[in-house]
Amino acid sequence: MRNTFINSLCELARAHDDIFLMCGDLGYSVLEPFAEQFPERFLNAGIAEQNMTEMAVGLAREGYNVFTYSIGNFPTLRCMEQIRYDVCYHDANVKIIAVGGGYAYGALGVSHHTTEDIAMLRSIPNMLVTAPADPHEARSIAKYLVSHRGPAYVRLNKAGEPMIHRGEVDVQPGRLITVREGAGVAVLTTGAVLDGAIRQIDEAGRPWAVYSCPMLSAFDTETMCSLARRFDCIVTMEEHQLAGGFGSAVLECLSDLRAQGRIASMPIVRRVGIPNKFIGYAGTQEYLRMKAGVDLGRILENA
Amino acid sequence: MDSIELARSVRLTALDLCHSKRASHIGGAYSVADILAVLYADVLNISPLTVDNPERDRVFYSKGHACTALYAVLNACGYLKGYDLLKEFTVNGSYFTSHVNHQIPGVELSTGSLGHALGVACGTALALKRKGNAGSVFTIVSDGELDEGSNWESLLAGAHHALDNMILIIDYNKIQSFGSVEEVLALEPLADKLRAFRWQVTEVDGHNHDELRKTLAESSLARNGLPKAIIAHTVKGKGVSFMEGQLAWHYKSPNDADYTRARAELEA
Repeated sequence: MRNTFINSLCELARAHDDIFLMCGDLGYSVLEPFAEQFPERFLNAGIAEQNMTEMAVGLAREGYNVFTYSIGNFPTLRCMEQIRYDVCYHDANVKIIAVGGGYAYGALGVSHHTTEDIAMLRSIPNMLVTAPADPHEARSIAKYLVSHRGPAYVRLNKAGEPMIHRGEVDVQPGRLITVREGAGVAVLTTGAVLDGAIRQIDEAGRPWAVYSCPMLSAFDTETMCSLARRFDCIVTMEEHQLAGGFGSAVLECLSDLRAQGRIASMPIVRRVGIPNKFIGYAGTQEYLRMKAGVDLGRILENA
Repeated sequence: MDSIELARSVRLTALDLCHSKRASHIGGAYSVADILAVLYADVLNISPLTVDNPERDRVFYSKGHACTALYAVLNACGYLKGYDLLKEFTVNGSYFTSHVNHQIPGVELSTGSLGHALGVACGTALALKRKGNAGSVFTIVSDGELDEGSNWESLLAGAHHALDNMILIIDYNKIQSFGSVEEVLALEPLADKLRAFRWQVTEVDGHNHDELRKTLAESSLARNGLPKAIIAHTVKGKGVSFMEGQLAWHYKSPNDADYTRARAELEA
């Protein structure tokens, strides 16, 4: 999905002459086509993410739609205050692209495990957090962001994700994409864990509904009310710490709807994610997901 | 208003603000007052009517804590039509926060967290170059804020991308929050460091208007492939004898007696 996103950006940059791509000295063999076609709208900022993010704000102030690109924690947590104060407070037209969400760089160690980013970024006003599940969602998000004015974050996995949707999807902030209708349990996922969730549900032969949430933002409350009425149990799944992530966002929304009297009762919410721990040993993404418990195993046993 | 009168006006307004609202940082406002006065009186191609003009010079005021000086100069130069600075400063609901706020006309960037503006200035300078825009990009930083590593990333970037439309002005008053700069985290040899980072460095007396005017104008015009750094040697609290060189005036707000004495000195 990384290549799909960058290639989409490259195509879009032909028609949108305000797109500017910066990287933090990463993106070898991925960013070259953009750099070659649009040298005046490309900059390798060096391994200096604070300055990269600040420069992005400077460029955005002069009319560019700036995308910064690096691995996981580097264009995000490393320069969190630049994101909060320079990008978000000024509502600057800056998009942050992180490749390697979750354990995509599993064997590279904790430095490269991107497992707290959603919680941190979604708490900042004006920031739109996005996490595609497959290349179709990645392309749809790229298209959305070229005309979205203001800050956004794109949490990409890496490579090799299967196509799940049949084509591009209508991504909107807070909108759930229906992957399949079902009954009893609704599984809500964000990012690349969707594929694993579907496989596990299929193997277990459950008739569960599945939704993907590529743009975390204020949820569409009508949809959430409808889910709460139709399902007794909602499962959330993310490759991210449980504290403050996607599952937390779903819980917050449902709790608010209950407090406002818009739903008569709260469905049971079972959250799947990383239970507040680092994994210091090496492993493939699949292995580390399994060790962290980022799968539906226990949910399937108990439901 | 000439730059000397403007500087006096800035100091008087800053005194009023710090006294009436019990605000801090008058020392840093006074060390930078002459720099701002010369910039706004004689150097910048901006006016209250051109704050959004793409051809304007940009000023990024990184030492946002010394907000009273910037608000005062904008007020004296007519940028704050419809505002009552003395009345509104820091009151509930006012955008005159005590770290500068871009919601105020003429303020390009909100600052207050140190070490952010120089990088934004780099991005702006790069954008102006790529768009063929002749504007200059001025950034005013404090000395203590050069402790922040982000500035040194930006210094690398400014030189690497040959951003010769950038002028960095360092208000080098030698005192930071908890002590002298040399005691807390030494910057010397500062000029050599900046030259080693491939910036063109000029050292000036930051209270001598003729020197400031000449250096700022020359730096703004010289498009020679090098970003410019002006080390302005200044005195914290400059202009009021009992504040000069005193760490306490990083924090203290003038009481009634201080106010009367300071006002008398400034008006003399």
